[in-house]
Amino acid sequence: MNGIHDMGGMHGMGPIRHEENEPVFHEKWEGRIYAINRAIGAWKKWNIDAGRHAIELIPPADYLRMSYYEKWLARNVALLVKHGLVTQEEIDTGKPAPGSQKATPPFTVANLAPTAAQRPSYARPSADAKARFQVGDRVRARKINPAGHTRLPRYARGREGVIDRHHGIFVFPDTNAQFLGEQPQHLYSVRFQAQELWGESASPRDAVYLDLWDSYLDHA
Amino acid sequence: MADGSEPLDRRKFLKRAATGAAAAAVPADMHAQDHEHDHQVVPSDPALRTKALESLLVEKGLVDPAALDAVVDTYENKIGPRNGARVVARAWVDPAYKKRLLADAGPAIAELGYSGAQGEHMVVVENTPKLHNLVVCTLCSCYPWPVLGLPPVWYKSAPYRSRAVIDPRGVLREFGTELAEDVEIRVWDSTAEIRYLVLPERPAGTERMTEEELAGLVTRDSMVGVAKVAATGGGKP
Repeated sequence: MNGIHDMGGMHGMGPIRHEENEPVFHEKWEGRIYAINRAIGAWKKWNIDAGRHAIELIPPADYLRMSYYEKWLARNVALLVKHGLVTQEEIDTGKPAPGSQKATPPFTVANLAPTAAQRPSYARPSADAKARFQVGDRVRARKINPAGHTRLPRYARGREGVIDRHHGIFVFPDTNAQFLGEQPQHLYSVRFQAQELWGESASPRDAVYLDLWDSYLDHA
Repeated sequence: MADGSEPLDRRKFLKRAATGAAAAAVPADMHAQDHEHDHQVVPSDPALRTKALESLLVEKGLVDPAALDAVVDTYENKIGPRNGARVVARAWVDPAYKKRLLADAGPAIAELGYSGAQGEHMVVVENTPKLHNLVVCTLCSCYPWPVLGLPPVWYKSAPYRSRAVIDPRGVLREFGTELAEDVEIRVWDSTAEIRYLVLPERPAGTERMTEEELAGLVTRDSMVGVAKVAATGGGKP
């Protein structure tokens, strides 16, 4: 979606505020909501892409005003209700519905240090997907404007680049976020010259690299 | 959303987002107002709402409070930029390790015991006198947690996310990093599940330092690419 989250190349956002000796969490609740996010994800009712999309759905003015973890709080409440882990009434009252069964949490202390064998991965190396490009190919990012989730930022759409690296086959976020399946595709690192993206005023030496899926690209 | 095909339309989303266990902070009639644009009153106290949410989830058996404690403890005390600094120092003193790290970062980083969420697919990019790498996530906040911990606020904020790709030299100047015109800058926008770590240049005058001393010089900022490592830079972020 062409949302405020897609902010690469925008002006007017102000100076970068670098904080010396910044704590990991500025307030206790930030750590709690971060941890809750990890723990409820283990119910596997949604996926990482749907989680990102839930933040993108926060209206632009609110997105810019809310702190980072306020957005996580809003996202988590929305996902919990949408996917039926809690009801809106339970959120409103703060109490479990009368007679509801107590569940057993899937995320425990042991889950925090997964062994190599159970390490999550977004790669799908054995999926049946064709690579339309190889390293060195000139490509153009498609001009697409999907209303749903996508990882092709606006600033790269319609721009020409070169395939720099082939990462393998990965879950496709655009469909995964909508629960339309993983539909794995080849993923590439694509080099775009800064001047191709931003015009003559950019440095002729500089470049931006984006990780883009096969269907985001056409041969240039 | 205009076509209503989204799994969660905006108005529903913001209603849900604005309610919550401390919903008393938001008068009900605020939700009823139907402006042409979406309108949300941010609840006054996210701390209260988070606390209420946690106790509801614990009561329903959806989360284990001990696991929440462990997550917070892990990211406050165990996983952070010291991990990445050890990777960088090892690469500086051990050419064979550096070769493995640049060829396939995941296994090389795991050799030092670091792996886990948001580090599943790692790529390390090397700075040289003629090449400087900078990492950003313009769309959200992607960051290599196992080696750098959770990102600082500036990394997740609009000013950095918006400008890193269009004006990397200006951004670097804001961090006090001045690069000569003939240095190429590569900005890595983390649009997929690949996570990037910058291998900064080893500063001159550190030839006699031990691996551990070198790790002490490496800052978080240098591994994101907004700063260089100084021979006396220990203790800085």
